[in-house]
Amino acid sequence: MSLTHQDVARIAKLARINVSDEEIVAVGNQLNNIFGLIEKMQAVNTDGIEPMAHPQDVSLRLREDIVTQTNQREAFQAIAPQVEKGLFLVPKVIE
Amino acid sequence: MTNATLKQLSQQLAAGAVSSVELATQYLDRIEALNPQLNAFITVDRARTLADAAAADAARTAGNAGLLTGVPMVHKDIFCQQGWKTSCGSKMLDNFISPYSAHVVEQCNAAGLITLGRANMDEFAMGSSNENSYYGAVKNPWDLNAIPGGSSGGSAAAVAARLTPVATATDTGGSIRQPASHCGVTGIKPTYGVVSRYGMVAYASSLDQGGPIAQTAEDCALMLNVMAGFDERDSTSLERAREDYTRDLNQPLAGLRVGLPREYFADGLDADVAKVIEDAVAELKKQGAQVVDISLPNTELSIPAYYVIAPAEASTNLSRYDGVRYGHRAADYKDLVDMYEKTRAEGFGAEVKRRILVGSYVLSHGYYDAYYLKAQKIRRLIANDFTAAFAQCDVILGPVAPTAAFNIGEKSGDPVQMYLSDIYTLSVNLAGLPGMSVPAGFDRQGRPVGLQIIGNYFGEAKMLNVAHQFQLATDWHTRAPAL
Repeated sequence: MSLTHQDVARIAKLARINVSDEEIVAVGNQLNNIFGLIEKMQAVNTDGIEPMAHPQDVSLRLREDIVTQTNQREAFQAIAPQVEKGLFLVPKVIE
Repeated sequence: MTNATLKQLSQQLAAGAVSSVELATQYLDRIEALNPQLNAFITVDRARTLADAAAADAARTAGNAGLLTGVPMVHKDIFCQQGWKTSCGSKMLDNFISPYSAHVVEQCNAAGLITLGRANMDEFAMGSSNENSYYGAVKNPWDLNAIPGGSSGGSAAAVAARLTPVATATDTGGSIRQPASHCGVTGIKPTYGVVSRYGMVAYASSLDQGGPIAQTAEDCALMLNVMAGFDERDSTSLERAREDYTRDLNQPLAGLRVGLPREYFADGLDADVAKVIEDAVAELKKQGAQVVDISLPNTELSIPAYYVIAPAEASTNLSRYDGVRYGHRAADYKDLVDMYEKTRAEGFGAEVKRRILVGSYVLSHGYYDAYYLKAQKIRRLIANDFTAAFAQCDVILGPVAPTAAFNIGEKSGDPVQMYLSDIYTLSVNLAGLPGMSVPAGFDRQGRPVGLQIIGNYFGEAKMLNVAHQFQLATDWHTRAPAL
């Protein structure tokens, strides 16, 4: 497997990370080296093996559907990049 | 007094031989003198630490002191701590003053421990050398040209340099054990689910686990008593009765079955490291342990499996850094997507970006089965290897890393070389087992080498017992670098 520059640009888009045209060659080479390492998995026969998501194979706990946290809007918004009237501001999305 | 262990400091405080303010002052002075060359700390706040120490002294005067009240410690900069900058070694969180505390921090505060500062680390805990920190590389106190290991390099270096008796740390693929080994200190990663991940900045959620780094196994046991425990805010925290991790420290080792995995002593292991491990095994045999030859045949597969699972989970976890609610936001952007892309390009370092890109790819449409699911199946094979091995032995011993600490800059240009050095630690995280590193000697360059002890699920007390008995018979853990 070898990722092309187009592949790298697509992945960067999915990841929402700007990768400049100057960086794309180096980043592509590094990713290809890493996938060279990862491809070693493909030679292993894993037919019938159950995937392991959690070391103890326990199912996740459910909690009661009740309020457990108090409102801390001021504390949380004090560290936000841009807020107004209790709202987080982002660039305009709907014209 | 900065050479003392946690246990000794607790006794000195209880005897009134020293106050918490005096103790904190000694450590803060030492940090001020030595940190410029080590770079083990991201944040130190003398006034706040001394105020906390004064409060601890007042609690003691009032008769409200516990075992560890007033003892100073350090938190890895990955644990959210209310009112302290919690950067996780990243520019992305350089301006993040945490509005809340992690469960681990709450537990340490409740035990009366006071915070000296926040330890440097690889950005978002991704790295094996501490060269990936936005705040610059941490230096190994034994040799300033060497890496301290990572990602908990600041924690390990701070304990080794006697800038703190104990530090919190986290281990996703070896990030407690490998820096502990490289810095000549003791560290333990508990069974997955024993220490709450609440407030611990997430890297790979099915692997991340917090634990302590200290001088001795006994101190690690005392700290684990504080850090461990069920917490309903972490969905994978295990509901188990509290245990006393010091309970078995003094058990003799006669009859202990120690497994030596063939694959951990094969090609690629440095001869000096091999010798140190052989000598450590010989010491345990002298104490009555029996050596069992075991095999962990899928060890090599831990590298590809880990470097799929961890980046996949990281790409999901780190999607929260979008420049909207907290953290860095790019200054100029033309629309929302541009803001995301620039914010993340500016806020993340090269290694973090690489792992997010790898993770985004393996989770993308059409590739999930070939990568993430495949890696999870291999994860099962690796866990099965350990289950089979633990039918024959009580603990598994081996090296932590193929070599002692390498030089700063030696591998930083080649991520794959860096990944390969994680060969002996990754499988423990994939299986969710507890693992620890205990100082066991030095290589030809005078760089520390740790012995890895891997336990069965919930085998922490047994591992700490083995480590403590080893430390009663050896003095590697008492050696400190000349600084």
